[in-house]
Amino acid sequence: MSTGWRIEVDTDRCIGSGSCVGMAPAHFRMESGLAAPVSATVEENEAVIDAAESCPVEAIAVRDDDGTVIAPS
Amino acid sequence: MPDVTGVTARPYPFSPPDRLNLDPLYAELRRVEPLTRVRLPFGEAAWLATRYADVRMVLGDARFSRAASVGRDEPRLTPRQIEGGILSMDPPEHTRLRRLVAKAFTARRVEQLRPRTRQIADELVDAMVTAGPPADLVEHFATPLPIQVICELLGVPFADRHLFHVWSEAIVSTTSLSPEQIHDYLDNLYGYIGELVQQRRREPTDDLICAMVRARDEHQDRFTEQEVVQLAAGLLAAGHETTVTQLPNFAYVLLTHPDQLAWLRAEPARLPTAIEELMRYVPLGVASAFARYATEDVEVGGVLVRAGEPVIGSLSSANRDETVFVDPDRLDLGRATNPHIGFGHGVHHCLGAQLARMELQVGIGTLVARLPELRIAVPESELTWKSGMIVRGLARMPVTW
Repeated sequence: MSTGWRIEVDTDRCIGSGSCVGMAPAHFRMESGLAAPVSATVEENEAVIDAAESCPVEAIAVRDDDGTVIAPS
Repeated sequence: MPDVTGVTARPYPFSPPDRLNLDPLYAELRRVEPLTRVRLPFGEAAWLATRYADVRMVLGDARFSRAASVGRDEPRLTPRQIEGGILSMDPPEHTRLRRLVAKAFTARRVEQLRPRTRQIADELVDAMVTAGPPADLVEHFATPLPIQVICELLGVPFADRHLFHVWSEAIVSTTSLSPEQIHDYLDNLYGYIGELVQQRRREPTDDLICAMVRARDEHQDRFTEQEVVQLAAGLLAAGHETTVTQLPNFAYVLLTHPDQLAWLRAEPARLPTAIEELMRYVPLGVASAFARYATEDVEVGGVLVRAGEPVIGSLSSANRDETVFVDPDRLDLGRATNPHIGFGHGVHHCLGAQLARMELQVGIGTLVARLPELRIAVPESELTWKSGMIVRGLARMPVTW
């Protein structure tokens, strides 16, 4: 049974495009102009995959509970 | 005439474009009236946000919608109302289409195109040097460079550029083309891309249009044929009109700021920072449009925007906000803190931003390295600027070296 996913934002890579906050406002917010996860762990859901897959600099990593990268592919 | 809010709306844009100079009214509005009523040449009156924080909020906050513009008489610079497409969508609809192409424009993928882009830029300079000065930087360098790159990425024959470059003007035209021409050019552009799509279906290749066709055919219920064609045409047209215009704009700014150019030339590693500052400093748009419609009552800049009212965020004004940028009207190629929003913000943040950055870095970098004596070949007063377009830029840029 999965305990959910972990999301990380690489703030060195993030350009603050705001794309993830627009696509998944429940899971990302802007902090000092850069993206940050609202919560480091989330229930499995398509919106965080969308955000990670659409990030123009691939700054978002979504992993499952054993650390395998789910997105970006 | 007072509109529904009881406030008289200012005609917008405030004044005809004057080269790359931003109307000083923006600075005054940021100070005294950060949310103001404006009326564009077409469509209903709107609010205009001019402060950085407000513009970012309007572009980034889910309470503001592009989808809600559908069916409204949207405030706009062009007679033509944008019919559907990715710019008229909100998540999750928008995400569905954006994900179809987003992978091809990530920083990582764009980096793989850099060596080829350098080669194209070098070949264009070689040809200029062989032919000898003067040259038109617009025709001989800034136009073919981004067109060849986007052609190779999409899989559009570069040899057809004389066709689709003409048709693409329909995307950026306000009055330079008649409404009939705009209609016909778009028809031609969509027809041309539609044929390419059919061709890829018969003979698959290794390019973005083919990848889009494959995705469409594997998920028939997810994407319509029209969506694929319209998106590919948008990438081809918007994807090069912008960089074609910004390359000469950036060259013009550098050549008219010789101290800044000398600073850049002294250390090529300064180039990426310099390009970001040029993105901040050069107001590409004659005005901003693509109003976001409030889906509930929201306070912006101290004003209550009612549900259903359109708000336009001025990117150019936000990029000159004195509360964010030190000495904002000064070009400072080494600017340390530069969170500009020249590529927009939020879900509609320019899809091609990383590609444009790379092309601008390579284009300007090549000119600086290869033509150290580059200068404008005519007096400033003889330069001709485009008119009747949504973008500011030089029609021609005669240069010598």
